[in-house]
Amino acid sequence: MSTTATTSPSGGARSPRTATPAGARPVAFLRLVGLHVRAQFLETVRVPVAVISAALFPALAAFFFVVPNEAVAGDPLFATQAISQLGVFAVMSACLFTHGTGVAEDRGQPFDGYVRTLPAGAAPRLVGRVLNGLCFTAISIVPLALVGVFFTDATLPALRLVVAVGAVLAIAVPFTLLGLAIGYSLTSKAAIAVVQVVLFPLAFAGGLFLPPDMFPGWLDAVSTGLPSRAAREVMVLATTGEVGYGYAVPVFLAWVAVFAAMAVVAYRNDEGRRFR
Amino acid sequence: MRPTTATPAATLEGVTRTFDAVTALDDVTLTLEEGQLIGMLGPNGAGKSTLLSLVSGLRRPSRGTVRLFGGDPRDAANRILLGTTPQETGLPSTLKVREVVDFVGGHYPAPMATGELMEMFGLTDLASRQTGGLSGGQRRRLAVALAIVGRPRLVLLDEPTTGLDVDARRILWDAVRGYHASGACVVVTSHYLEEIEALAERVVVIDGGRVLADDDLPAILARVGARHVRLTLEHPADVDRLRDLPSVVDLSQQDGRTSVLTADSDAVVRELVRRDVAFSGLEVRGASLEEAFLAMTERESATQGATR
Repeated sequence: MSTTATTSPSGGARSPRTATPAGARPVAFLRLVGLHVRAQFLETVRVPVAVISAALFPALAAFFFVVPNEAVAGDPLFATQAISQLGVFAVMSACLFTHGTGVAEDRGQPFDGYVRTLPAGAAPRLVGRVLNGLCFTAISIVPLALVGVFFTDATLPALRLVVAVGAVLAIAVPFTLLGLAIGYSLTSKAAIAVVQVVLFPLAFAGGLFLPPDMFPGWLDAVSTGLPSRAAREVMVLATTGEVGYGYAVPVFLAWVAVFAAMAVVAYRNDEGRRFR
Repeated sequence: MRPTTATPAATLEGVTRTFDAVTALDDVTLTLEEGQLIGMLGPNGAGKSTLLSLVSGLRRPSRGTVRLFGGDPRDAANRILLGTTPQETGLPSTLKVREVVDFVGGHYPAPMATGELMEMFGLTDLASRQTGGLSGGQRRRLAVALAIVGRPRLVLLDEPTTGLDVDARRILWDAVRGYHASGACVVVTSHYLEEIEALAERVVVIDGGRVLADDDLPAILARVGARHVRLTLEHPADVDRLRDLPSVVDLSQQDGRTSVLTADSDAVVRELVRRDVAFSGLEVRGASLEEAFLAMTERESATQGATR
């Protein structure tokens, strides 16, 4: 391509910019990401049911199942563990719903195709979605943490709080990827069903509702191989320093790799189908 | 008028696009120059939307090359001078009108002021309404507004006024003409001849994935000028006397009215009078595009028959 200097047009002030693509500076990537985060956040937040259920479910579960149980709520370690495992559930649920059903819904909407014709490409939308998932994770974890602090003996010193925020971000990674894999593979109706079918059994078997100490031996054995259980151990390690089982981190990382591969395959297939 | 720049807004060279067994575009070569107001005319399924999806980078051609301002439209940076419309039904329903405009405008380096754009399309009072609560016509106006918010040099409007009432259509047409006056290339697809007549300077007729005609408006109108001649016959048996009228493409009867589709309505009316056919309630109307195409092919075969 020949490089031509872009000079201002001589024909009248009304004339819009006449820069060539080579001369017109595209909008900065971070600004584009900001646009997409904002639009997606507003879109979700205006459906109050989604926000309220995300914000209240983990907190309510803590309030009804942890707080009345004096043996757990009155013990700093048990209480912190119980709140932590519900925190993992909050992350899982926010990520799977935002990305699983959210992406599937977007794909069904003509607006998604339109956004692809804007000078931005697919990346800002995807990055925006991931950040949006984290926003909703925060929305569901904060009320839970408040219940833990005010109604139980759960403790989280400042240093542990920082580590715990890191753990939340780390745990969000595999479930974001799993959500994307579901969202890019299925229609929105199927995605809602699959997210629910995946979410609750995985949460229960991963020890997010009942502590794994209460599991029969066989379930505990199966549980240690699950992403939800591994995530629980990472979270509990971050908040209490208690080590659950030795191979939790390798199991966690293995699931990150598996879900990443699934997400990439699903994304590529979808691109190939719709934008080939 | 601005001189045409060295780089056209978009070019297609020998472009073929197939979907499995279906050929949507068949060896199309076309140049869209800056400053042109182009009507793209063709029945549903003719290949218009496929052509636009190639120019806007949503799809890649099976064969041939597509260039947008000299670059690959699949590359986001090359779409910085392109504006397209979302489908009316596809706007995010919970976002407010102003938010959608700001969102789309934010993708471009020098977008139009939101207030100015809203005024241009009569959307000012609707700025804080969620798009889900808009009427079809209001959504359509918003969709076209989104196509130009980034001050693009190439605007693709896919059926911008389908299903709109006359007033809403005029508002949109005025806005499209106004934006074109700034020197941009505007492409309007339609299957309404009327819309193309009102807007376009250059007309590209597409059917079956091929460019059938590419000429200025008067030349195209002359070629697709089919008309319906409708009348009520005093003696129904007279219908047989209409069959050999000049350039008759089709003859039909409904609710006591007889309709003659013809490529030359003037000749038909003159002949009716000359033959002294008793009729009342004469009506001459423009035909739909499909009918016009039928007339076009009919006349071509008639011409061939005459030269034989």
